[in-house]
Amino acid sequence: METVAFFYFAAVIVLTAVLVVAFRNPIYSVIALLVMFFHVAGLFVTLHAEFLAAVQIVVYAGAILVLYLFVVMLLNLKQDDSYQRQVGWGIGLGIVGLAEMIYLVLSAQVGNSPAIGTAALQASASPKVAAIVTRGNTEAIGYMLYTKYLFPFEVASLILLVAMIGAILLAKKGVLGMKEP
Amino acid sequence: MELMIFAGAALVKIAMVMIVVLLTVAFLTLAERKVLSWMQDRMGPMEVGPYGILQPIADGLKLFFKEDIIPSGANWLLFSLAPILSVVPALIGFAVIPYGPNQEMEIFGVTIKPFVITDINIGILYILAFASIGAYGIILGGWASNNKYSLLGGLRAAAQVISYELNIGLAIIGVIILSGSLSMVKIAEGQAGGFWHWYLFGGLQIVGFVVYVISAVAETNRLPFDLAEAESELVAGWMTEYSGMRFAFFFMAEYANMILVSCIAAVLFLGGYQSPFPHYIIEYLGFPGMKWVEAVVWFTVKVYFFLFLFFWIRATLPRLRYDQLMRFGWKVLLPLALANVLITSIVVYFVRQP
Repeated sequence: METVAFFYFAAVIVLTAVLVVAFRNPIYSVIALLVMFFHVAGLFVTLHAEFLAAVQIVVYAGAILVLYLFVVMLLNLKQDDSYQRQVGWGIGLGIVGLAEMIYLVLSAQVGNSPAIGTAALQASASPKVAAIVTRGNTEAIGYMLYTKYLFPFEVASLILLVAMIGAILLAKKGVLGMKEP
Repeated sequence: MELMIFAGAALVKIAMVMIVVLLTVAFLTLAERKVLSWMQDRMGPMEVGPYGILQPIADGLKLFFKEDIIPSGANWLLFSLAPILSVVPALIGFAVIPYGPNQEMEIFGVTIKPFVITDINIGILYILAFASIGAYGIILGGWASNNKYSLLGGLRAAAQVISYELNIGLAIIGVIILSGSLSMVKIAEGQAGGFWHWYLFGGLQIVGFVVYVISAVAETNRLPFDLAEAESELVAGWMTEYSGMRFAFFFMAEYANMILVSCIAAVLFLGGYQSPFPHYIIEYLGFPGMKWVEAVVWFTVKVYFFLFLFFWIRATLPRLRYDQLMRFGWKVLLPLALANVLITSIVVYFVRQP
């Protein structure tokens, strides 16, 4: 049952991801992206990560994509086929990526690399973490973020803060003594 | 066999909730017109049935038999998709709301909870996630109509919904900190024992409550925040080109959203189905087995209080200008909600310290 669900979600994700770049009308691309975000959320649900699924929809589908749609409508884009002319490059890069993925999967099966596979992940987790996972994934994510991964979390917040200040500086000419162009 | 009984019970619960919600939607349209009329010293609809109470049925029949027009320049696919994208997210949120006490019931050896369709551990996030999808129906409907008024309405709605969604999310964080759970059932259970245990009073979430209610009015595109369909400027905003059942779907979505945000406000801030007294009145009278009746009545009363508030605000306040709306959302409500999160978490940290 879970395998069927996984292959359904994976197939739709791949299909809609291709459609996002294949459609010539940007509005259809945004709709395809919306369907893709929903199926990524579905994938999270099959992994029992309901919190991540909800956050995926709230942040990406609910906020970021609405902003995309907003911009696409305001800019009134012409039907643009500049991306369609780069099919050759796309196929070449795709083949390289696919070869790398097949190599990784095969080497993981043969060499039994500890970095890949959920069983290895569960074995590497401490019993303390396992106890939290049984309590609920929201608490587990919060606990991990504020204990084990506190430093990367703070670094990510700092980068986001820098990006935010940068966006304000770029959008609002005249702060910090900069002259209007 | 057990699975079948479980699925059957779930289907019955879903059907019950849908029937009640859709009937409420139908009669809310009448209630709104009546309340507005009384506030403006008029009679309101009086023709269909005694005191006009059959007016929603007449309106529904009229919309059902109207011609379904798709403008010739419109994008057929998105034009048809938009009403569905509006109405489904509005109705799907009712799945996680607790309508009565979290008691269990046995039918043929299967334990079911009769007063909540499903209790998922991220209940409130689930509602927020689907509420944010409702904006797509408005934007796509506005764009697909191939009409300048529709497009302007859709764009206004997009900007407004994104801005005020943020405030809703931040306003309820105080309640989530206090209850320690995202499940609607657990949040309602945490407020038992009288109105001074409700998060509005006991948790001192007054700022969060005010920010939530104002943002909820904006989120549902109701007056004084109905710039997306401002009839004096944009005909009917994103709904201009819609007629018949498609228009009815947009209408249904708006009223279902009103009921949904009222239910959330009742559960998060006013204790949901909890009685304002330490015990249910019916327990004092000596029927402790019947207390679920009173619980459902309390929940209904609280939800209708908020629905009345919606009409009351509509009758009282004029529409905001667009820049006022944006400035109010980002420069007044957002800092207030952030301050509320900060203060609540500091107070909770010191009070709960062992």
